[in-house]
Amino acid sequence: MSQLIGYKRPAPGTQPNYLHAPYQSSIKRAPGKPLVKLTQTLSEITGPVYGHDRVGPLDNDLTKQHAGEPLGERIVLSGRLLDESGRPVPHSLIEIWQANACGRYPHPGDQHDAPLDPNFTGYGRAVTDAEGRYRFVTIKPGAYPWRNHHNAWRPQHIHFSLFGPSFMTRLVTQMYFPGDPLLPFDPIFNCVTDQRARDSMVSKFDFETTIPEFALGYQWDIVLRGRDATPMENK
Amino acid sequence: MTLMPTASATVGPYLHIGLVPLSVNDIAKDASKGETIIISGRVLDGEGQPVPDALVEFWQANADGKYAHPEDTQAKPLDGKFTGFGRVPTDKEGRYSFTTVKPGAVPGPGNSLQAPHIVICLFMRGMLKHLYTRIYFSDESAANANDPVLGLVEDAARRPTLIADRTAGKAEYRWDIRMQGEGETVFFDC
Repeated sequence: MSQLIGYKRPAPGTQPNYLHAPYQSSIKRAPGKPLVKLTQTLSEITGPVYGHDRVGPLDNDLTKQHAGEPLGERIVLSGRLLDESGRPVPHSLIEIWQANACGRYPHPGDQHDAPLDPNFTGYGRAVTDAEGRYRFVTIKPGAYPWRNHHNAWRPQHIHFSLFGPSFMTRLVTQMYFPGDPLLPFDPIFNCVTDQRARDSMVSKFDFETTIPEFALGYQWDIVLRGRDATPMENK
Repeated sequence: MTLMPTASATVGPYLHIGLVPLSVNDIAKDASKGETIIISGRVLDGEGQPVPDALVEFWQANADGKYAHPEDTQAKPLDGKFTGFGRVPTDKEGRYSFTTVKPGAVPGPGNSLQAPHIVICLFMRGMLKHLYTRIYFSDESAANANDPVLGLVEDAARRPTLIADRTAGKAEYRWDIRMQGEGETVFFDC
């Protein structure tokens, strides 16, 4: 085998812990015992080259999936998928899902008393281009209540799923909107203790992305784990 | 330039909307060689209750022990359209199941050989970032005994949590994931 170069572990505080008591569902679902430290092998540094061939030309426009237009504030959301060195991650699958403008998901588990929108599913996918860029057209999701604690509301957010070049770069996260008054109160947002890491989940309003007479634009770059500086083994 | 990796967040309760459209529960149909096997089991929380909103992703080598990835430079053949990747959600009873081919052995650190295994990436509501674990096979006991990664699990009594049990007379394996308590699955920091 040639030399294997592994992926760096994120710095302490920049990723959530599994157990975060203010997020009640983590209490019975976080591992009870410490994780076993594993030096990455060929099995870890490889990973699926997946889904890039399953994306149609309209899959990144969540406003064009039904007969009519969904209700709500139309937005354009774009950015780049990068590694820690700032290098673009090209041709990689991005999947997103979100609530409708009223804060409701078309899901049997969502019992929030807010209307469904027959013209909005809230699911999209895209593949990054050669420069790691992606772009979605969608509707700004609504905030919604959840039962984590008294008067608990989730800030407006969009779920993102990313792959990158390795199973080690796999990431599922949530993107938030700037100035959302619910952010300081959200246990899922605040489970990340490093403020810079927390703020990196918040998109930026962007006039360059905004389309006159059509939609506000937001920019959000996503950074995946980068490579170690040195190979793990020599053979 | 050094950037900070974006923080992880839970898939939440509505993961099915975003992650099931591209789910894949049978990758054996893309393989031209190897033994077709079914692996199934349950995902259970700290109280032994089923987790109905989890997602199991799996990644493995083909029957020859070759990953369909550019960084696997072994002189072994790829197998047609076999990707080695799939994903399945759990059902209301916390059950998952997928069909694949049994992977071949792959190289480990130094000159070691790893026993046949599948890498698992686990997501669920209530988990703020995904977890990695591995599935080994009960009918590979000699290879398992020399596996460098199983050997990292200092408490040998926990190693069986990584080994799927083959059903007698069938090409089927049973493997449960337990988040906490007795029989808690070994998860890896990698």
